[in-house]
Amino acid sequence: MSLLEISHLTTSFSTPQGTVRAVRDVSYRLEAGEVLGIVGESGSGKSVGMLTLMGLLASNGTVENGTIRFKGEDISPPHGRDKKAAREYEKKMRQIRGNRIGMIFQDPMTFLNPILKIGTQLTEGIRCHQHCSRAEAREKAIQLMREVGIPSPEKRLDQYPFEFSGGMRQRIIIASALACDPELIIADEPTTALDVTVQAQILELLKKLTKEKGTSVIMITHDLGVVASMCDRIAIMYAGKIVEEGTVDEIFYDPHHPYTKGLLNSINNSAKESDEPLVPIPGTPPDLLKLPAGCAFMSRCPYTMNICEVQLPPEKRYSETHCSRCWMECRDESYIRFDELPSADPVGSRTEG
Amino acid sequence: MTKYIIKRLLIGVVTIWALVTITFVLIRIMPGSPFEADNLSESAIEQLEDAYGLNEPMWKQYVLYMENLMHGNLGISYTKNVSVNTLIARGFPYTLSVGLISIVVSAVIGVPMGIWMASTKRLAVRNTLLGIATLGVSVPGFVTAILLMMAFGVWIPLFPIVGLMTAASYVLPVAAQSFGQIASIARLMKTTYSEAVQMDYVVMARAKGLKKSEIIFRHVLKNALIPVVTYLGPAIAFLITGSFVVESIFSIPGIGREFTNAISNRDYTVVLGFSVFIGAIITVANLAVDLLCSVIDPRIRLND
Repeated sequence: MSLLEISHLTTSFSTPQGTVRAVRDVSYRLEAGEVLGIVGESGSGKSVGMLTLMGLLASNGTVENGTIRFKGEDISPPHGRDKKAAREYEKKMRQIRGNRIGMIFQDPMTFLNPILKIGTQLTEGIRCHQHCSRAEAREKAIQLMREVGIPSPEKRLDQYPFEFSGGMRQRIIIASALACDPELIIADEPTTALDVTVQAQILELLKKLTKEKGTSVIMITHDLGVVASMCDRIAIMYAGKIVEEGTVDEIFYDPHHPYTKGLLNSINNSAKESDEPLVPIPGTPPDLLKLPAGCAFMSRCPYTMNICEVQLPPEKRYSETHCSRCWMECRDESYIRFDELPSADPVGSRTEG
Repeated sequence: MTKYIIKRLLIGVVTIWALVTITFVLIRIMPGSPFEADNLSESAIEQLEDAYGLNEPMWKQYVLYMENLMHGNLGISYTKNVSVNTLIARGFPYTLSVGLISIVVSAVIGVPMGIWMASTKRLAVRNTLLGIATLGVSVPGFVTAILLMMAFGVWIPLFPIVGLMTAASYVLPVAAQSFGQIASIARLMKTTYSEAVQMDYVVMARAKGLKKSEIIFRHVLKNALIPVVTYLGPAIAFLITGSFVVESIFSIPGIGREFTNAISNRDYTVVLGFSVFIGAIITVANLAVDLLCSVIDPRIRLND
């Protein structure tokens, strides 16, 4: 049994301009002790997917479809507007949030309450889930602060967030996520808002603590360097869909999807000649309000075919762990009946590139 | 902290000195004099002016007044023939009781009303409340007071409309004084509350698995109340120093009504004395609110 199983998750937001599907039919699973990296550009649905999993969507967000299983327990958000179901779901999730799934947020400057003592913010979660006394929770908080490397925690506990530096605040956020020894940690770009030198320290700390406790981690980032150093598996997201998924080695050494290849070409690594220019991916991500019927990456892809425009690419598996979604990978598949598609000719129909 | 309070009180003293000086000059510039009446002979006026020291040169009067002020003596009313201190002692309890009740009523109704406006999903409810609040801030106090008087004192005679004899006679003046304040507080509260619930730290609090009530009271309300408390400072000072209009309309013997009468009678000592008194209250109220804010928000540092 997997620790976490997400299948066909679709989340949308109603905005004045129309409905935005931020997460579209996303499925993946996570085993206990595993570290999964979810990589994608801004707006690719990485964070929204995690907020959906935690049941923390903003009030204009709805979960259209999908099931979530956590250790076999069904924690799927209700799809309709049924108030009773929503209440029951909320009740169930309160036992899970902070207790069995901890979340580390992106910006240490805004995610800590500016007018509450650090101690209060660390102990409130512990007291909520472990029903212990104020003194016990305080003891636990001091121990947590020591674990995340904050000097003289007894004194710091009575200080306020404005008396802490950015890196120290992020350590507090990590401590708060780890407070109840959760089985899963979701880290939503934990280093994006920090200085580069502090980034490395925080990553190292996160790696150490989760290894020690055997905690599973979902690491959301747009930094491929971060995933390479931390993760076991990677899922690449584009416009709300997972386009390629595999182990770190499979993604870095054997990428199949043009978007993955594009991402790898646009970062610097030691395998490249030092004077070799970086190749950016041309264009910008698509408008989520006007997504094409077919592949969303079509407008930026150098290998576009006619079929890309009209139909979503199916999943193609290369190994137990590695799969991608691109028509290029399916050219020789006999199960696809190209003749049934309008104006789709598999051979010789490349338009540009 | 103590240093800060002392500093603020000293600044307050300077403020009040400036207030006295400016009022002293302004009131003398005003045409007319306390003893201007058709049936008084010129020699009688001269006699009176002599008795109250008004024939002395202006600077001498000012020095004399300041000297008395230092001793806590606010002088004698020209028209009532009693000391200003007595006038304040006589009128202030009425003003204070109406004012304090009004503050409590305004906060107790205004704050929840603002939260309700911010958190309700029903558009009809929100728009109705917003309409009432907009009406409250835009209708002048004397209109509200007279309308209330007509509606609940005359057409449907539920409450007395004159004086402060029974508990029931507090209802209309308090309602008239609170209406505008409720509206202002509710509108402010609505804005700050809807800002606070959208903050990132609320998402983090939810991610910790806290109860909704804990999130609202510990995280949202505390932050949302800071601007409201800041607003309450001047509002408290305004209410406990008495709404001149409301006191006049409901014939409440408070200091507000006394003040308006004193101005039309050119009762110099009363005008000056009341200005000092009200100035002192405003200074203290503002200081109290600043101290309260620093308790709620640790980022505000007071000892500089």
